[in-house]
Amino acid sequence: MHVPDGFINAPVSAVTGVVAAGAVGLSLRGARKELDERTAPLAGLVAAFVFAVQMLNFPVAAGTSGHLLGGALAAILVGPYTGVLCISVVLLMQGVLFADGGLTALGVNITNMGVVTVVVAYALFRGLVKVLPKKRRSVTVASFVAALVSVPAAAAAFTGMYALGGTTYVPTGTVLTAMVGVHTLIGLGEAAITAATVGAVIAVRPDLVYGARGLTAPLKLRVGGELVDAAPATSPGRARSPRKVWITGLVASVVLAGFVSFYASASPDGLEKVAADHGMDKKAEEHAAANSPLADYGVQDIADGRLSGGLAGVIGVAATVAAGTGVFWVVRRRRTADADAAASARAEETV
Amino acid sequence: MGAGHAHRLYRRGDSPVHALPPHCKLAAVLCFVLVVVATPREAMWAFALYAALLATVAYAARVPAGFLLKRLLIEVPFVAFAVLLPFVAHGEQTQVLGLSLSVDGLWGAWNVLAKGTLGVAASVLLAATTELRELLLGLQRLKLPPLLVQIASFMIRYGDVIADEMRRMRIARESRGFEARGVRHWGVLAKSAGALFIRSYERGERVHLAMVSRGYAGSMPVIDEVTASRAQWSYALTLPLSALAVCLLGWFL
Repeated sequence: MHVPDGFINAPVSAVTGVVAAGAVGLSLRGARKELDERTAPLAGLVAAFVFAVQMLNFPVAAGTSGHLLGGALAAILVGPYTGVLCISVVLLMQGVLFADGGLTALGVNITNMGVVTVVVAYALFRGLVKVLPKKRRSVTVASFVAALVSVPAAAAAFTGMYALGGTTYVPTGTVLTAMVGVHTLIGLGEAAITAATVGAVIAVRPDLVYGARGLTAPLKLRVGGELVDAAPATSPGRARSPRKVWITGLVASVVLAGFVSFYASASPDGLEKVAADHGMDKKAEEHAAANSPLADYGVQDIADGRLSGGLAGVIGVAATVAAGTGVFWVVRRRRTADADAAASARAEETV
Repeated sequence: MGAGHAHRLYRRGDSPVHALPPHCKLAAVLCFVLVVVATPREAMWAFALYAALLATVAYAARVPAGFLLKRLLIEVPFVAFAVLLPFVAHGEQTQVLGLSLSVDGLWGAWNVLAKGTLGVAASVLLAATTELRELLLGLQRLKLPPLLVQIASFMIRYGDVIADEMRRMRIARESRGFEARGVRHWGVLAKSAGALFIRSYERGERVHLAMVSRGYAGSMPVIDEVTASRAQWSYALTLPLSALAVCLLGWFL
């Protein structure tokens, strides 16, 4: 999936380059938190591991063989930030040293294979580990699903980029079917290998698997012949208030939605264009919410298109934030209630 | 590791291109590829001129044509994709040898082939004339974050070690009669991959401890600062500037 030069046009390459640079910058900061000052040697060695494991051939049948892409594996083993960093470094070196993937397409490649794969895989993995029972087996299952979805997700992201900035006009539907179809098959292999590899590491050194950190059994002390829960070690420096992050995010999204959208292109996006050109959109039914006051990203009764678009953006952000905060609040209240109940139960036991 | 710290694509030599500072070469190659990608695909002669420019560089660097052509094989998978384009693209159709092909698809295939090949050739020339360590120093000079350069240098430095560990594991597997033939053997291979990860990670921890005991505090000292004179810059930038001239001609003619 290494994209060569001349495949995606210059503006889209430049934009994805900026996206990739931002993601790598963010990961550099995040990786320092995951690995502190050990970042350079450890991330370097993990990148070397990814590089080596991509050369490990897995025979499929009748002489054909596949190899690991490694995005999901890196995310689960060493964490999302270090994962993005390792894959990006591998892609950079492949581009500069081995001419594998074009230099101008470096942004496209890093965004697709580094950022999208790792983020999708890790988000899915975290969610599944939270939902599934706290066992080692569920880590393996979660990594299977995460790796399975991450590969077609990268293919879909590529299709999106191709629709926006492909140098040749191929119907987006055709590209999507071909890319996602092929990469779902590749994803199956990736998933099987990733799950087996994570399982193998968990069996020997479960402490090394970043994604399985919450699964360690609590420390028990034998006091007078009875097993007692040891007091949990307090981890220093974790009490950072989320308020600052929350406010920054809110301001950024309001600015983006309200002001930057003024300058967004008003012409139809690639998919809409394909649909329009082929008459696909004639069949498309109007969205169920088409008559809602925010239909098609504009506020009714406001004539100025830009003002109405910006206002609709701000209202949309407000609604999303309200819904998200509500969900978050409910979840947190339930969790603190559970913790309180557990604590009081323990207190009663010791009394 | 005994093979020195040169990579497979590097070709030792003492040509003027080899002697250029690495960051000049990196900047020149990057600008050249950018210019090539920005050229309109209808200007076929422009791509011939670009190829001639690269051939001149190869001649100046004393890189034989056979070496360069062999390295170009890396883009074969995309040639396959380019060949498919005329069949799947829509739009105006034309008849070639009794086949109905899309005009836009033919242009697209030409576009991908020409630009991809030129890009790969430029990268191969860069890699063939620049040593690994120089390349990393050049990236640092071009203001890549130092931590990223450190990670890349560790990856390069230990890449061979890790690959050799993998090779030793393969020899160990094979000497016990194991032969991977199909999906049923993936479990064994995945266990090897897991073991390889644990070994790599533990080696990383040991490397970190060794660095700390030698006074590492988060940044590497720069011993050999590379600088480039104005003459070297202008020599290196001849390539992208002449390419830019060709590109502008391509847009306006």
